[in-house]
Amino acid sequence: MSKLQRLNREIKRLVDHPPEGIICYPSDNLSNLSINIIGPHSSPYEGTLFEMELEIPDRYPFVPPRLKFITPVYHPNIDNQGRICMDLLKMPPNGGWRPTISLENLLVAVQSLLGNPNPDDPLMVDIAEEYRYNKQEFERKARLHAKENGKLSS
Amino acid sequence: MDSEEETLYDDIDSGNESSGDDVDFAMDVESSNPIERTADTDEYPFEVLSTEEIVQHMVDCIKDVNTVVEIPATTTRILLNHFKWDKEKLMERFYDGDQEKLFTEAHVINPFTKTSALIKNRPQIKTNATEECGVCFMALPASMMTGLECGHRFCTSCWGEYLTTKIMEEGVGQTIACAAHACDILVDDANVMRLIKDSKVKLKYQHLITNSFVECNRLLRWCPSPDCNNAIKVQYVESKPVTCKCNHTFCFNCGENWHDPVKCRLLRKWIKKCDDDSETSNWIAANTKECPKCNVTIEKDGGCNHMICKNSCKTEFCWVCLGPWQPHGSSWYNCNRYDEEDAKVARDAQEKSRAALQRYLFYCNRYMNHMQSLKFENKLYSSVKEKMEEMQQHNMSWIEVQFLKKAVDILCLCRQTLMYTYVFAYYLQKNNQSVLFEDNQRDLESATECLSEYLERDITSENLADIKQKVQDKYRYCDSRRKVLLEHVHEGYEKDWWDYLD
Repeated sequence: MSKLQRLNREIKRLVDHPPEGIICYPSDNLSNLSINIIGPHSSPYEGTLFEMELEIPDRYPFVPPRLKFITPVYHPNIDNQGRICMDLLKMPPNGGWRPTISLENLLVAVQSLLGNPNPDDPLMVDIAEEYRYNKQEFERKARLHAKENGKLSS
Repeated sequence: MDSEEETLYDDIDSGNESSGDDVDFAMDVESSNPIERTADTDEYPFEVLSTEEIVQHMVDCIKDVNTVVEIPATTTRILLNHFKWDKEKLMERFYDGDQEKLFTEAHVINPFTKTSALIKNRPQIKTNATEECGVCFMALPASMMTGLECGHRFCTSCWGEYLTTKIMEEGVGQTIACAAHACDILVDDANVMRLIKDSKVKLKYQHLITNSFVECNRLLRWCPSPDCNNAIKVQYVESKPVTCKCNHTFCFNCGENWHDPVKCRLLRKWIKKCDDDSETSNWIAANTKECPKCNVTIEKDGGCNHMICKNSCKTEFCWVCLGPWQPHGSSWYNCNRYDEEDAKVARDAQEKSRAALQRYLFYCNRYMNHMQSLKFENKLYSSVKEKMEEMQQHNMSWIEVQFLKKAVDILCLCRQTLMYTYVFAYYLQKNNQSVLFEDNQRDLESATECLSEYLERDITSENLADIKQKVQDKYRYCDSRRKVLLEHVHEGYEKDWWDYLD
């Protein structure tokens, strides 16, 4: 009940007033959404378009949606399956999900995670090490990886 | 208990709650009529509390504090829980410390400044205005919106679903925070009870609350027996036996079966030792050797001591000295490498772990054996009951056959004591007193086995009169030997006779 009402409003808001660099493609099936995120400015991912998949569980918004990257990303907090390690995507007590967090909040948070990796809570230990101790090399690899895998945003 | 109009403890609501809404009753505290059952163990008083009595006890604790501090009962509960139900600690912090900091730490709004917080956060409510619920994003009349003292308001149905998810899926009771992002103010019981409609969820919530009350209260312990919902309440914590209404006797201090004469610490160590894998590795150490080159574990299965490692390294070595096979040549019986330093070290190490394993197995076997027998003795009760009925049909009166039940009771006590004497003995270092202890243990054990044999085998309807005297003498003897053994160990605790091997 609250899921459908809320989702309709949220998606309408996302389509009508999208935050910068975030595009949401609504489909007939409200439980699966395609999302595109453009890599933030002054990050190695700048200008690259990343495809994402958003799955809304039945108990939404009381449990968090499942969000993952389809486009491969070279990033300390994103693994090679596209899974994202982010506090807001997990239930308490381990995570910080609250039902008042909107899809928009979540997508903006992911976009900002692209620009500001969190090496203290890594999913990819090697990349986190590299980010911490050899940032130049990390940025070079991330940029190359993004160019090879992502689409160019127009 | 499943009546709809109940609350956890509304009877102590101090009256200054902000919500004037109807309060649902969760547990009818008054209807339960707690029968005070104070068991009379000579020196260790305890009470058995049923679920209702536990709630009543929690209510009393809150009441105690509330008569002094005068804040809403639900806030007091959160505070008490924050201090693990230590009233004194709460009082101390309440009066000596920074109250504002205390409330922040416990994640509640300071009830003395509540009104100002409300005015600050809560949007001005006009009678026919609508508010948007931050969860379902619906614009709803203000009457359908509600919130905590932090001022975040959501519609009642979203609140209900939020709390249900927390309680049923996450199993959180004491520490449900407000639904708003980054707000850590805790939801109090009155609000939980008011907002949840499903009685199943309410019941689970009560379980969570009472469970954490019992778990963090030093003076309370759940009866560990399966399917028993009682808790034991004591006045001070000590390693003493307590008996629940369900008849289960256990040690209040550690929750294990009553384990005199061994102390909780050593018993815990023993149980851990028996449970974990350390003995498996001991067995491996004692019964296998490692290939001197690739370190693969090898168990010898034949007589020949010329080993060829099958694990691709194909090293040839001597099983006895673990040195290379080469120099052994044909004259094996004059193995000149036998005293070689490295091999000696390896052999010593193996010898040691073999001895340790033997020692452990010695005590473990006896411990397990008494445990096993104890289980069988429980079966003995039913066969003895039959015999007692049979005897009554012959020429004995009810009172005359009671000695049989008494004998099995004593037999079980002796088995249990014996079982734990082996744990005690395992950790005991040899000295004059330990020899005396072992003598006592031997006497008790042989008498117990004798009694066991009488009860299991020797009683037939023909020899009843004969055997009655024998059984009675034997169980009295067992009982006295058991007391002697326990008193000796206790005396040793007082006089510091016991040295441990750990």
